[in-house]
Amino acid sequence: MLQSFLQNILNALQWGSFYSLIALGYCLVYGVLLLINFAHGDIFMVGAYIAFYCCMFLLGKFGVFAGLPGWMVLAVAIPLTMILTAVVGVTLERIAYRPLRRKGVNRLYVVITALMCGLILENGNLALLGASRKSFPTLVPIKVFEVFGVTVTNIKLMVIGVAILSFLLLHFIVTRTKIGMAMRAISYDRFAVPLMGIPADTVIVFTFVLGSGFAGLAGLFFAMTYPVIDPYMGALIGWKAFIAAVVGGIGSIAGAFAGGFLLGFVEIMVVAFFPSTYRDLIAFSILLLILSIRPTGLFGVARRTKI
Amino acid sequence: MKRSWLIALFCVLGLASPVRAADTVKLGFNIPLTGDIPDVGESSKNAAEMLKKKINDAGGLKVGDKTYKVEFVYEDNESKAESALSATRKLITQDGVIGMVGPQSSKQAVPAAEAANELKTPMMAPWSTNPNTTKARPYVFRGCFLDTFQGPTAAKFASEEFKAKKAAVLYDIASDYPKGLAEDFKAAFEKINGPGSVVAFETFTTKDVDFSAQLTNIAKSGAEVLFVPQYYNEVPLIVQQAKSLGFNKPVLGSDSWGSGDLMGLCGDNCKGFFFVTHYAAAGAQGKTKEFIDEYTKLYKKTPDDVAALTWDGANLMLAALQSAGPLSGDLAKDREALMKAMAGIKKFEGITGNMSYPATGDHDPIKCAVVVKIDDAGKFAFYKSVCP
Repeated sequence: MLQSFLQNILNALQWGSFYSLIALGYCLVYGVLLLINFAHGDIFMVGAYIAFYCCMFLLGKFGVFAGLPGWMVLAVAIPLTMILTAVVGVTLERIAYRPLRRKGVNRLYVVITALMCGLILENGNLALLGASRKSFPTLVPIKVFEVFGVTVTNIKLMVIGVAILSFLLLHFIVTRTKIGMAMRAISYDRFAVPLMGIPADTVIVFTFVLGSGFAGLAGLFFAMTYPVIDPYMGALIGWKAFIAAVVGGIGSIAGAFAGGFLLGFVEIMVVAFFPSTYRDLIAFSILLLILSIRPTGLFGVARRTKI
Repeated sequence: MKRSWLIALFCVLGLASPVRAADTVKLGFNIPLTGDIPDVGESSKNAAEMLKKKINDAGGLKVGDKTYKVEFVYEDNESKAESALSATRKLITQDGVIGMVGPQSSKQAVPAAEAANELKTPMMAPWSTNPNTTKARPYVFRGCFLDTFQGPTAAKFASEEFKAKKAAVLYDIASDYPKGLAEDFKAAFEKINGPGSVVAFETFTTKDVDFSAQLTNIAKSGAEVLFVPQYYNEVPLIVQQAKSLGFNKPVLGSDSWGSGDLMGLCGDNCKGFFFVTHYAAAGAQGKTKEFIDEYTKLYKKTPDDVAALTWDGANLMLAALQSAGPLSGDLAKDREALMKAMAGIKKFEGITGNMSYPATGDHDPIKCAVVVKIDDAGKFAFYKSVCP
């Protein structure tokens, strides 16, 4: 019983890591632009596909050069995937969000645009690569360790480690660096910040680079853990991660991180003790309860609407 | 002048047809040569042509003390329900076939079966798995086993092959096929090994990718075999996660494993596991191997399950015709005799397994299933035949 429980905590940590990594991206963009970037789940999906092609290329499957060993492929694929996914995110910002922002339209329209961008990414991928699923190559052979009857794999430890490191890094950037300070400043007052000589567009682009880059990272590790990828993989998990970010207190890095793990824990624990059909029912009831007690989320701070 | 020609023509036809009918037996094939699934039609026709050639080259089919040539009439049902219906009527009323093989998919087989039953003509549906095809239709026969049959077969195989006393099941509760199969398996396994022998009966919902909580329960339950009646996109994830959670017992699947690109997605993880299906091309022996070799030689490709089942369906019908005794020449009487002979067939040795029909109820075959082992090369190899 205790072993099962410990095992499920480990399972939940792994599953929650993905929610957290995606929620961090939602949270960054929302924190700076007050824009719910609904395309984020699909950027995560694109990240997984980019990771797939990077790894296939580096493994030498396309025949350009003899492949590298798995560890080295992973080491090269992480920055490469993050950079390429960031390019996708920034492209979306440049062609879809920025023109709207320039025209000064209501934020609602930008949110709708984000939704459409997500659908375009999804269906574009479907049209381009087809509906057939891809099998992600094994980069690192899975090693199973058993400690006190609890099994852990190297992949699991890696995923949890990556989530925690990402959180620490983002937290550091936002709270301790100059550009982080600029991000927070834009979040407080978008109109006053340019007057202070801070290049707002650069900061916004940087935000998208960070958010999408970590979505790409999540895509890579997700594909390593669940090695069957398809164009719809990002939709549902993206929605759920968004809810996790809201429960954590959207706009707060720590909140997004905690919200992701909370959702992961609730989902795994419900499935462990109840039929799986109850999972979303119970999970979202709990989240609803949390929101009704703390409408700003676990870590959120109430903010007066600016007129 | 013209009219006398026509009269003469009719006379010739009128004289000729009874003579021809006496020397040949006609079977109709109601198959999708065009439409959504032309591959299915092509496989059926290939198998049928091969069978016809084999019989006619050997001199013909001996019924009673007379030898007949066989003649196959192919009607295209365009993979549509309406066309299948009109093809059925045409074959039965115009072409005067003694029995009909096809249609293949349930979508066409269900309406066609109704027409065939009304017109009192034996019909063999080799590939249709919908229970409605044969339901309360005495003239309609099925050539493959139903989905409901796979669960008990898998349960029997698990108990005998792995000596398993405890089993676990992981299935998608939101999808009909896996749910039905999982429940059938549970019922059958508990019948063999006693109540409570299915120690973990875990569910997930379509599109889930993380099964760690369910597999943790399964790994801790002490199950000796895991039954996963899922599709090729879920199986790789389940198998891999099961291994990661320390479950190293055999995994058993259903015929849904065989469709799609299972090995492309699963790779080495699925090697060594088993699944229940209709027919396996790799590693076949005896008559099945002969069929595969001949088909491959003729058409330059490995026969799929449709080809094999069509071959068996047509063969069963002809075998029944032989046992029905001498033909009277009266189509209605002969059709009824053929129906009775098919229903009463004791043991038909087909290439997809031995078949017979239950004495009462619908004409769904009592048939052995094939258990396939995924070998080290990633091929689906014949492992053994399991009978209910």
